[in-house]
Amino acid sequence: MPIIMIIYYVITAYIVGMLIWNFVKEKKNIDDMILYLVILVPLVLRLLRVK
Amino acid sequence: MSRTWTIKIILIIIFIAIMIQSGVQFYMHRHYQLEHLAGPGVTRVEKLSKYCKGLEGTMADTHVFWLEGKEEGGKMLMIANTHSNEPAALLTALIFLENAVIEKGTLIIIPQFNNSGSRGTRPGDGYPLYFEIPTEWGSKKFRMGNRDATPLEQWPDPDVYIHYPDKQLLSYLDIRNTNRTWPGRPNGALMEKVTFAAMEILRNEKVDLALDVHGAETMFPVTNCIVAPERSVRIATMATLVVKAREGFDNHVEPSPQGFRGLSHREIADFSDSLPFLLEAPIPFLDQPTGPKTEKLLLDGKDPFLLSLSKQQKLFVPYDETGWPMEKRVGQHCSVIQEIANQFSRKNAERAILIKNVPRYADVVTNGVGFYFHDPAKWTKDKIYLN
Repeated sequence: MPIIMIIYYVITAYIVGMLIWNFVKEKKNIDDMILYLVILVPLVLRLLRVK
Repeated sequence: MSRTWTIKIILIIIFIAIMIQSGVQFYMHRHYQLEHLAGPGVTRVEKLSKYCKGLEGTMADTHVFWLEGKEEGGKMLMIANTHSNEPAALLTALIFLENAVIEKGTLIIIPQFNNSGSRGTRPGDGYPLYFEIPTEWGSKKFRMGNRDATPLEQWPDPDVYIHYPDKQLLSYLDIRNTNRTWPGRPNGALMEKVTFAAMEILRNEKVDLALDVHGAETMFPVTNCIVAPERSVRIATMATLVVKAREGFDNHVEPSPQGFRGLSHREIADFSDSLPFLLEAPIPFLDQPTGPKTEKLLLDGKDPFLLSLSKQQKLFVPYDETGWPMEKRVGQHCSVIQEIANQFSRKNAERAILIKNVPRYADVVTNGVGFYFHDPAKWTKDKIYLN
């Protein structure tokens, strides 16, 4: 795997971690909760290498 | 459990359900196998990876069908589905594949050139996943593809795509577009390997004519035409004049731009001895200002917004209430392809390519596209190739 791919996966994992953290921390705003989940979908699929 | 966490868990369950439901649909689409019926003219079948080992075992590999005549002559390569969201090309290629008989010379057909592109679509743009062509024995179902290869095969995209070998800067997306990666290279990105393999066929097999079959928006000036570089212009012009005079449909010639790199007609002309032609037929489905992108619009090409624009003379093709149905587009391709072969053969008797048993424009418009597809249930099993 080329180095750029490894970097992309690391960035993806970092953003996934941040989104999950924000989702967990969110207490009131349901719109934001949905937004975090929507953004998570492609990133999780990429991270899990689901084709 | 707090109220907040109850809401969060419900949301997570809903999202997982949506992901699974849509994921299964995309998986089924990606792995749906189209039946290629090898007709009486097919003499051998190869994989594209024979010409570039880097394609072996990838979703970019695809079938190459050889139709060799009893008498030696010239060679013509027909490439379809360079852009898999322009399906008239694929339908035309399959009509040739199932019906053509070659009396002299050789016809090489690659029906699904950007195989990866055919295995993803644009659900975000509301594209259908499949479309069906009615036939006398039922309907033939096709995957609706995308313009570019899927990122599942080639990822990540660069910030800017630097074309090889000219180093021209192109849109990042075009590194997955097999009409921007010509002439390709064996150690480049996957789509560069695809075009490199085709270049190897052209160079090694001394192919005379290279036809890249497409569709283009009615609001795009390069539509309903043959795009040809300098040395192909004479044959292209003769072909357009003959189909206009004998068959009554318009088809003009557009010059291949010298400063725009990566296009098949440009790079094939510059990096091989073949005469390239890129065929465009109008496809209203691809225009931006249309109604919903339905299977019906894809097949009949009827749209009230385009009709309104046509009345304001904003389109580059004639357009009325009859739309621009698939039969017209496929019929045009069938006639133009045969006429290019005729015009070349007239001037190069030794290298003639004589194709029989393929319908012309009027036949396809009258009978429909499905009329020329055969029932796989009644076809010899070892002559059916799944892709």
